[in-house]
Amino acid sequence: MPQSGDLDMTRRGLLLGTAATAALTAAPFRAPARAATVGETAMPPPATRPATPVLTPVLSKVAFTVNGQRHDLELDTRTTLLDALREHLHLTGTKKGCDHGQCGACTVIVDGQRINACLTLAVMHEGGSVTTIEGLGTPAKLHPMQAAFVAHDGYQCGYCTPGQICSAVAMLDEIKAGVPSHVTADLTARPQATVDEYRERMSGNICRCGAYSNIVDAISDVARREA
Amino acid sequence: MKPFTYERADSPAAAAAAAERQPGARFIAGGTNLLDLMKLEIETPAHLIDVNGLKLDSVEPTPDGGLRIGALVRNTALAADPRVRRDYGVLSRALLAGASGQLRNKATTAGNLLQRTRCPYFYDTNQPCNKRQPGSGCAAIGGYSRQLAVIGGSDACIATHPSDMAVAMRVLDATVETVRADGATRRIPIAEFHRLPGDTPHIETALMPGELITAVTLPKPVGGAQVYRKVRDRASYAFALVSVAAVVQRDGSGRVALGGVAHKPWRVEAAEAEMPRGAKAVAAGLLAGAKPAHDNAFKLTLAERTLAAVLAEARS
Repeated sequence: MPQSGDLDMTRRGLLLGTAATAALTAAPFRAPARAATVGETAMPPPATRPATPVLTPVLSKVAFTVNGQRHDLELDTRTTLLDALREHLHLTGTKKGCDHGQCGACTVIVDGQRINACLTLAVMHEGGSVTTIEGLGTPAKLHPMQAAFVAHDGYQCGYCTPGQICSAVAMLDEIKAGVPSHVTADLTARPQATVDEYRERMSGNICRCGAYSNIVDAISDVARREA
Repeated sequence: MKPFTYERADSPAAAAAAAERQPGARFIAGGTNLLDLMKLEIETPAHLIDVNGLKLDSVEPTPDGGLRIGALVRNTALAADPRVRRDYGVLSRALLAGASGQLRNKATTAGNLLQRTRCPYFYDTNQPCNKRQPGSGCAAIGGYSRQLAVIGGSDACIATHPSDMAVAMRVLDATVETVRADGATRRIPIAEFHRLPGDTPHIETALMPGELITAVTLPKPVGGAQVYRKVRDRASYAFALVSVAAVVQRDGSGRVALGGVAHKPWRVEAAEAEMPRGAKAVAAGLLAGAKPAHDNAFKLTLAERTLAAVLAEARS
C-alpha cells in the first residue's frame, strides 16, 4: 500500500489507468495541498475551480437493488456505479475498460435501460434497480443471450462480453419499444429487427478481438427466437 | 477525482439557490460529460447538486402549437417521441446521430447543450488551453487541428461545439428556459445561448453562475423536408467532422445550420436566401470569413458537398 504522499503524486496516472479508482476510494487519505504540475504553473484558475477545494473524502449513504437484492451502502461520493458493483459488492462480471464511456465494457441495465456504469455515481441511484451480467442468468441456467454468445462464439478474450450481452439484451428491448436509430429509414414507422440496426445500436460496445460478426449472429439468433 | 460533497435538489429554484450558496458547485444530471472531465480533474467541483429528481422529464405541447421539452428528458426519449419524429424530424435525426445507445439513455436535453468541447488539447492537461486554464495559451492553434473550428474562432480558441442536437435546435429556433436562485426565469434564444470564444473561451454559454436550465421549447412545426447529415471518421459513435441540419420547403426556401465547424452551431440566416440557388451559393455565405488551418481546410469543401447532398436528399 503506498504512502499518502506517493498516492497523491501518482494519482493522475492511476486514474488514467484501468483499475485504481476503487483502491483510491477504498483507502481514506488526506491529500496534501495541491502541488503545481506540468501545465498548471502560475495561471489563474478557471471559474469552475473552487478557491478552497474539499480535500477529504466525503461519505454518503445510498440504497439500491442489484439483481433483485437490496444493498445499503455508505460510499465515498466519488464512487461510480461500476466501482460500487465491482469493489464493494464484489460483482466483478461487469468490466472496467476505458472508464470514460467509450468502450461499453461496463454496460449494465438500470431501471430497464442500458447505461455505462463508469459514467454515473453510485449515490445517484437511490432506490434504483440494477441488473448486471450475474443477474441475467447463471451457469446452470443461462439467459438466452448468454447461450447464444456461447453457441455463436461471440467473443475471443471475453473481456467485453458481459457489457456486450447486457447491451444486446436492452438493445432488443429498445427496438421492441419502437425507439428509432440512426439507420432507421422511416422515422415514423416502427424500427425493424435487422442486422444493420444491431450494428448501429451496438456501436457503444467495442470488441478489440473483433468478434463483431459472431456477436451479430448471436443477437440475430435471440431476436428470431423472441419474434 | 477530487472529493466533493453531494446533495439532491427537490425543486428547480432550490437547485439554483443551492448552486448560489456553494461556490464551485455544479449541477449533475446525466453526468456523461461532467464525470468524464472530473476523472481527468479538468472539472473539479467541490459540490454536486443532483437535479435528476426535479421532474423536468416530460415533453408537452405549448399553447402556440410547439413543444416544451423538460431539461431532464433523455436523448433517447426525445428522439423516440412520436411528435418529434413526425414534426421535428431533424431533431430526432440529430439526436440519433450522436453518441452511443448507452450514453443517449443517460444524457439529458439540457446537459447535451452544456457539454464541453472535445478538443484534444482541452482534454490533455499537459498542454496549455485557454478554455481549461484561462490565459495559458492555445496548443490547438498551430497544433493538429483536423477536428477543430474553421470559422468563428479567435486567437484564444479554435474548439468546436460537439453537440449534434444543438445544431438541430438552432435550425428549429429553439428557446432555452432557465431559473435563477431568486426564482427569476428567463428565455434565451438558442442563437444567443452558445458564445463564440473571443478572449474568454472558458465562458461557453449565456448562463449566469447558478442559473439552471428548466426546459427547451420548440416553436410550432415548420414542415418541409427535414434532414440531418453527419460526416465522421466512423459510421457510428464519432464526433462530426461536418454536419448539416436543414429544413427545406417545396419552393426550395429553407434553413440550414452546420455542426463541427465552429464553437457553436453555425447558422447565418442571410445565407439562407440563397437556398433556391443551391449549395455553392449557400456555403459561400455560410462560410464567408472562414479561417481554416492546414489540417482542417478540407472542412470548407466537405461542408459545401455535404450541403449539396442534403439539398438533393430534401428534393427527392
